[in-house]
Amino acid sequence: MATSQALPELAAVPWRKPTDARWLRRWGRIWHAWTLLYTVPFIAAAGGMVWLDPIAAPVALAALAHAWIIPELYAFRGASVVRPTTRGAAPGEPVAQGLLGDLLGHDERELQRETGLALERASLGVWLVGEGGALLVMPGGRRVHCFCVGVTDPELPPSDRVAHLLLALREDEEGFATVANHAFAGAPWRVRRRLPRPMRPALDAARRAAE
Amino acid sequence: MDRTGHTTLAEWTAEDDAAFAAAVQEFGEQQALGYIGTVPDGPGKATHIRQLPRDADMVILRRPIAGG
Repeated sequence: MATSQALPELAAVPWRKPTDARWLRRWGRIWHAWTLLYTVPFIAAAGGMVWLDPIAAPVALAALAHAWIIPELYAFRGASVVRPTTRGAAPGEPVAQGLLGDLLGHDERELQRETGLALERASLGVWLVGEGGALLVMPGGRRVHCFCVGVTDPELPPSDRVAHLLLALREDEEGFATVANHAFAGAPWRVRRRLPRPMRPALDAARRAAE
Repeated sequence: MDRTGHTTLAEWTAEDDAAFAAAVQEFGEQQALGYIGTVPDGPGKATHIRQLPRDADMVILRRPIAGG
């Protein structure tokens, strides 16, 4: 049979470098440095203002608020990639759920039904695949990368979207990560608190699997 | 996999040439519509195929993915 190791969708993004383990480590460090860069100056400014003149405390509080809000917004953006995009019951969802269940192991199937996220162990780390994106928990469980990626047909049932993404991921993991748009990298606890509550156990399970 | 969840497009056996030929034609038509052939290879593995394998247990046609 004529087969191909590379994901065919890579042809649509020929300019992108392969998203491999080295790329992910480098981007993880860049995101970490970037987070420090936009929080430390606000904290230092807040401390400096109060030290110079305590009457500046309200302005210092505003600076501290900036140091808290900006990282939260980035983490929110990261967590949003796996937020459900379909509202209401899709007509083909029960059938699609059955097929997706066939692709998953027992524990992963239960987790997907409870959280909407399919856990997949792969070589780059542990993936959580949702209907409009995926989270990758790196080995060790201390950093998570968030990818925005979806299926081009907007009318597919939610479980079908997950199944399409899961199959693409299984065909070519690096290709999957390369086609996806990288949205965020940071500590799992930052993403977890911005995830919808029912999805949080999936991230906990992925962290345990990645440790 | 489609909007109804999934639809069985063709069934064949390695010995049934007529059924396999019909399946090959259906596979080609679905590829022309943009579907991508995938064979699940057990836990965590799948293979992208460009021609229908006669001996595959199941071939799934999926839609292309793209960065959102």
